[in-house]
Amino acid sequence: MEKDTLMDDEQMGYIELVNLRKEYKERRSVRRSHDDQEKKGDKLIALDGIDLEFKEGELVCILGPSGCGKSTLLRLIAGFDQPTAGKVLVSGHEVVKPSSDSVFVFQQDGLLPWMTVWQNMELGLNHVSCKDEKAERVKEYIDLVELSGFENNYPYQLSGGMKRRAELARALVVNPEMLMMDEPFTGLDFLTHMKMREEVVNMHEFIGKTMIMITHFIDDALTMADRVVVLSERPTKVKMVRELNVQRPRNIERDPVLRELRDEIYLMLGVSYVV
Amino acid sequence: MQLSETASSLASRPLFLALVTFFSICLLWQVLVSTYQVSESVFPGPLLVFDNFWQLLLEGSLLKHTAASLYRVTVGFYLAAVLGIPLGIALGRILLVKNILNPVIQFLRPISPLAWIPLAMLWFGIGDKPAIFLIFLSCFFPLVVATTIAVGSINKVYFQVAANFNFSRTDVLLKVIVPAIIPDLVTALRLTVSIAWLVVVAAEMIAVQSGLGYLILDSRNALRMDSVMVGMIVIGIIGLLLDSVVKQLGEGEATVWKKIP
Repeated sequence: MEKDTLMDDEQMGYIELVNLRKEYKERRSVRRSHDDQEKKGDKLIALDGIDLEFKEGELVCILGPSGCGKSTLLRLIAGFDQPTAGKVLVSGHEVVKPSSDSVFVFQQDGLLPWMTVWQNMELGLNHVSCKDEKAERVKEYIDLVELSGFENNYPYQLSGGMKRRAELARALVVNPEMLMMDEPFTGLDFLTHMKMREEVVNMHEFIGKTMIMITHFIDDALTMADRVVVLSERPTKVKMVRELNVQRPRNIERDPVLRELRDEIYLMLGVSYVV
Repeated sequence: MQLSETASSLASRPLFLALVTFFSICLLWQVLVSTYQVSESVFPGPLLVFDNFWQLLLEGSLLKHTAASLYRVTVGFYLAAVLGIPLGIALGRILLVKNILNPVIQFLRPISPLAWIPLAMLWFGIGDKPAIFLIFLSCFFPLVVATTIAVGSINKVYFQVAANFNFSRTDVLLKVIVPAIIPDLVTALRLTVSIAWLVVVAAEMIAVQSGLGYLILDSRNALRMDSVMVGMIVIGIIGLLLDSVVKQLGEGEATVWKKIP
């Protein structure tokens, strides 16, 4: 579809995390669990010695207990934050600031509420000077996420699922190398969640970009991902990386490999889903 | 049943109800004055005041005074907005500016504009200038503070979006900060325009020979309580109009997004 993507360097969208460490200085005392001994002024180690790589065009889901630094990891990859030690390399270059090469899809509403869907879509296309080309690209992606007819609506006039789709389209229209999704299904109702899952997978197959998605739904990871990464509690390390060579569409209930993996991850995260 | 239906149909006619209230108050006023035979020089009745209103209107002095007051409020208010809103944005966005200027602003803010009257007269003499200066002071600090707070409460996600799409500084200002604070600004402007209108009357009692404040002071000196009341009534009417004009600003597309939860 987009001509310039196909002509791009083969190596684009390849991400490497080298011994990544991130510390925060605690401003107030935080105790997240009973045996947490942190006091005021303590350093909080959000990430510790993370080595990971993400292949070009891969869809990776990152799972982990809440507060383990999943979002921090994604923010580092996108360049919103700098690591205390270690490096984030994208296509061999160190990431020092945010860029439209890796577009973030936010946990809460990332659409600018004072702009229409169309205006939001144009945000990343500042560099496109030709008006017709701009309009054509916006139109194309609005059609792709099936929001035609809602171009002139404001975000508050859209349903939760439509807002996520609009944000996805806004991210895709700039033709980024990578897409970072921080719990993109949070706050959606169950059915919309299921539909969005399917749409993101289809979208990924269609555009073939590197996508990293943080989720706390194990089933999201198992049905969607090419690879699943499980992080530990703080100080966060990589606990498991697993390739999923399972044909899509996937059904966890009918696939013994996925079922077994699900049990394993539940155990790893310290919960039993059999109550 | 029927009573509540009448009540709800009445409730949907706010203008009618407001007029009824005003008319009732005037009626009560007239009744009180006639029953107790109060001296006209102490508490003139509505008929007398209305009569005086016509007189002042016809001879042109009422319009002249109103225009003088409105002119001062407009200039002082615009100056405060033009200087105060950008300063508020800078205070809200740039930590260095905040650390340098905020203590001074917080120190000057609680000093009533009226306390500046002696200095204002000394610096600007007699005429429009000291009055405009006082109105400016009374609007400037509230606007700066309100803008700073509004900028500080912008959702951080929007700045991340801006960084993600490589916005320039101008783009961040025009596409994120300004539209994000407009709803809060309209509220702040509504509050400050009423402060300005309060202060102009006080300022005109000291430094000038025109304006509604001067009309009231001058009428008091002439023991014309009916004219004093005309002044008060006109101030009230214009205050009402000013508020509804600024309120109109808040009805546009620029603010609806914030009203919907």
